[in-house]
Amino acid sequence: MTAIKTIDYRNDREFHEKLIEEVLESYPEKTAKKRAKHLSVTQDGASDCGVKSNIKSIPGVMSIRGCAYAGSKGVVWGPVKDMVHISHGPVGCGQYSWSQRRNYYVGTTGVDSFGTMQFTSDFQERDIVFGGDKKLKKMIDEIEELFPLNKGISVMSECPVGLIGDDIEAVAKERGTAIGKPVVPVRCEGFRGVSQSLGHHIANDAVRDFIFDKREPEAFESTPYDVVIIGDYNIGGDGWSSRRLLEEMGLRVIAQWTGDSTLSELERAPKAKLNLIHCYRSMNYISRHMEEKYGVPWLEFNFFGPSRIAMSLRMIAEHFDDKIKEGAERVIEKYKAMSDQVIETFRPRLAGKKVMLYVGGLRPRHMINAYEDLGMEIVGAGYEFAHRDDYQRTMDYVKDGTLIYDDITAYEMEHFIQRIRPDLVGSGIKEKYSTQKMGVPFRQLHSWDYSGPYHGYDGFAVFARDMDMAINNPAWNLFKAPWKAAEPAPASA
Amino acid sequence: MPQSADQIKDHVSLFKEPEYQEMFARKREQFECPHPPERVAEVEQWMKSWDYREKNLSREALTVNPAKACQPLGAVFCAAGFEGMLSFIHGSQGCTAYFRSHLSRHFKEPSSAVSSNMTEDAAVFGGLNNMLDGLQNAHQLYKPKAIAVGTTCMAEVIGDDLQAFIAKAKQQGSVPEDFDVPYAHTPSFIGSHVTGYDNMLEGILKHYWEGATREPGETLNIIPGFDGFCVGNIRELKRMMGLMGVEATIMCDPSDVYDMPSDGTFTMYSGGTPIEAVKGGVNAKATISLQEYCSKKSLTLAESSGQEVAAFNYPLGVAATDEFLMKVSAFTGKPIPAQLELERGRLIDAMTDSMAYVHGKTFTVFGDPDFCIGVTRFLLELGAEPVHILSSNGSKAWAKKMKAIVTASPYGKRAQVWPGNDLWHLRSFLHTEPTDLMIGSSYGKYLERDCGVPLIRLSFPIFDRHHHHRFPIFGYQGGLQMLVRILDKVFDGLDAQTNIAGENDMSFDLTR
Repeated sequence: MTAIKTIDYRNDREFHEKLIEEVLESYPEKTAKKRAKHLSVTQDGASDCGVKSNIKSIPGVMSIRGCAYAGSKGVVWGPVKDMVHISHGPVGCGQYSWSQRRNYYVGTTGVDSFGTMQFTSDFQERDIVFGGDKKLKKMIDEIEELFPLNKGISVMSECPVGLIGDDIEAVAKERGTAIGKPVVPVRCEGFRGVSQSLGHHIANDAVRDFIFDKREPEAFESTPYDVVIIGDYNIGGDGWSSRRLLEEMGLRVIAQWTGDSTLSELERAPKAKLNLIHCYRSMNYISRHMEEKYGVPWLEFNFFGPSRIAMSLRMIAEHFDDKIKEGAERVIEKYKAMSDQVIETFRPRLAGKKVMLYVGGLRPRHMINAYEDLGMEIVGAGYEFAHRDDYQRTMDYVKDGTLIYDDITAYEMEHFIQRIRPDLVGSGIKEKYSTQKMGVPFRQLHSWDYSGPYHGYDGFAVFARDMDMAINNPAWNLFKAPWKAAEPAPASA
Repeated sequence: MPQSADQIKDHVSLFKEPEYQEMFARKREQFECPHPPERVAEVEQWMKSWDYREKNLSREALTVNPAKACQPLGAVFCAAGFEGMLSFIHGSQGCTAYFRSHLSRHFKEPSSAVSSNMTEDAAVFGGLNNMLDGLQNAHQLYKPKAIAVGTTCMAEVIGDDLQAFIAKAKQQGSVPEDFDVPYAHTPSFIGSHVTGYDNMLEGILKHYWEGATREPGETLNIIPGFDGFCVGNIRELKRMMGLMGVEATIMCDPSDVYDMPSDGTFTMYSGGTPIEAVKGGVNAKATISLQEYCSKKSLTLAESSGQEVAAFNYPLGVAATDEFLMKVSAFTGKPIPAQLELERGRLIDAMTDSMAYVHGKTFTVFGDPDFCIGVTRFLLELGAEPVHILSSNGSKAWAKKMKAIVTASPYGKRAQVWPGNDLWHLRSFLHTEPTDLMIGSSYGKYLERDCGVPLIRLSFPIFDRHHHHRFPIFGYQGGLQMLVRILDKVFDGLDAQTNIAGENDMSFDLTR
């Protein structure tokens, strides 16, 4: 997406360069050399952010990253609500990821939907020694008996599965034929790749290999306005507040991938006229595949904040006829008063506040203009598992002199926060409480800190409200005991 | 328009608006290919039946909604309880991210741990280089006093040898020769987080005790065990020991690191059992565990060093606390002081004041093995009737002990003990044999929704209620806390059943 004009500011290049030097001094030499490649300050006109990415994390430094299983089960497959997703291996992986992504869905859990459940093979020592294939086979049969309304089963491999030589593909194939439903083996063992990212890719490939063209989908009549929302996991209902806008402009959303999704929606996506991709990082693979194999074009869009929403609606409309173009204008006009009023309410309370972002593969850039719509400034941004193309795209969003940190370590993060003292940090649960103890307001930007939706116009209002409450809560002014000698307050004013 | 700038609606109310409700219906009808509603209703009903319960109970391979986690989580929790000790988990990096998140979501606190970040090449060649680099980086960057090394299942499956790796790391100067690197193998395919706690604790004690010449003294070691309420409980434990004048070393004390103040700074390490005290622990007269199933190996180690040992099962309420205090008194020769006797009397006073609201109420209890025993014993003291007692990580030996406890009480006659079962089993039990109340962790909220049994959150993990773990549920004070939590649930339930004006509010009593 191209850059957009919001507010004018520059970041302090020299200061940020100095901060990078400071953190590198603390590492052993070999590690400092490696980390130096992941830290940078943006330069206007450059083609990317100037960092290396998608490289193995360094042992012992406390990377914030997760694993391929997290990317596959946690992100891509987990939200498909009418399928049962087996965490295949020991109990932990499924336990720690149980209900933590907040992929909202409508359905009767345990009966026809299985999203907030934890199905595990709970490997014991004997399964490691003798292999888990027999257990898997039996599990599939037990799922069929006890959860008869499941539409299919996915098998999410945890680390041991790939190390002990199990053949889950054979079991899946054999049992899938026997029960007459898709049984999808996914080789997302946590040691594969360097982060969640390979898990996304493996999960995408599994959709391609085990869902597409496997069965005749139920009767379905196409229309010229059929689109798919791809890479929206419906966190706190994001997919729904996005879907509404698309429907209102006259499009027909035939599938959501994968928030609130169903097997049918996975199967029918290749019938779309256009794939709309929100999280590029996690689902560009399958979008490219659908383009190559089925001729479905794809378009990246951004539904964070009114500036980007309007731009995205118009870009999407460009792919359709005048009816849809008029629809886009109508939608923009309809919501203008409400979003203007949101800005009017919150901008005076938030303007000039400085924000540091460290999230996954999309939000560190996608949310920037939404903050700027509220007058806030982004001083630093980084990704857990981005690739080079993400850092290229980021240049359409960041101002000159922005501090960039790829696969940041806890040490670097604490140091940057302590030195920059931003007014807000947006990151994850592992970063939340240490940041707040420093007196710096924080919002979780993976789970929306149990709020949401943040997408679309309906979501922007919630986003603005949440950022305001995080920053302007009166408790930040109580940190210093009154009997302590006067010194600058740690919190923002 | 469903949203408004004047009254901003988030997910809780936004999606109830008609625009969204209609959209959901459209999506379902046109694109989801759902099962017919009658079929869904039919299956939903069947799932509540005895027939389903029997099928559910006969499954052999599948586990659904277990209430247990894996070993290294317990190891990370355990290492957090020692002064300046950093957890280092050897294996895939995602595991460590999960442990940190899991603990942070419960405690609402930071949880620090590093990983050796093993990837595919390490799976082939072993993780030695990851260990060498990792220890060096962690040591230099986070300046711990000691690094406690545990393992994920990846490292265990490929057979990495921690002892040899750590020796090599010291040889190569990743950390100084005399730097403390206790370790434990913590495979996630054996036992659960309570096993991991025990293994890591044993590893730490071994590291500091091995080779020491024991000079028997008069102090005590107390092992609290893996405990989501460690913050409140350990403080209460220390207070009780203080009142008795007993010098006790809490072997694993994360009560400070999981309850750090907000004062403008973040420090990774806070409190914890001082390393010198750990070393001195070998000379203790006795080691007492408050959670038998969290400490089997550690107690064996203490015993083999020449100490007396005793194990309890999450002592709270009257008799269990009595037994614990009397044991402490027996080991130390210090009498139980008047103050504790006073508090004991106050707990019993509260129990008698409120008995009418708890007596005969039926309960479900689920959680770690020791927790289940402690809570069940207190319920029996209250005249409440435990009906389902379930521990996903409970063994047959645990079940035997649990059964002996319930059969010894007239209030335990209806109790069914479920070792190794999961919360999907419990769903069937509650549909077929419901209870008035349920005590467990946040995972129970799905059962509360599906089976209508009110949940009291008193066990790990509690993700959806805040700060309860800062208050004790150990001891007499803990009994009082638990009683109040139970009563609040009962009273709120009574009010909710009697609050429709003109219909059922004759019982909407001001005084209860």
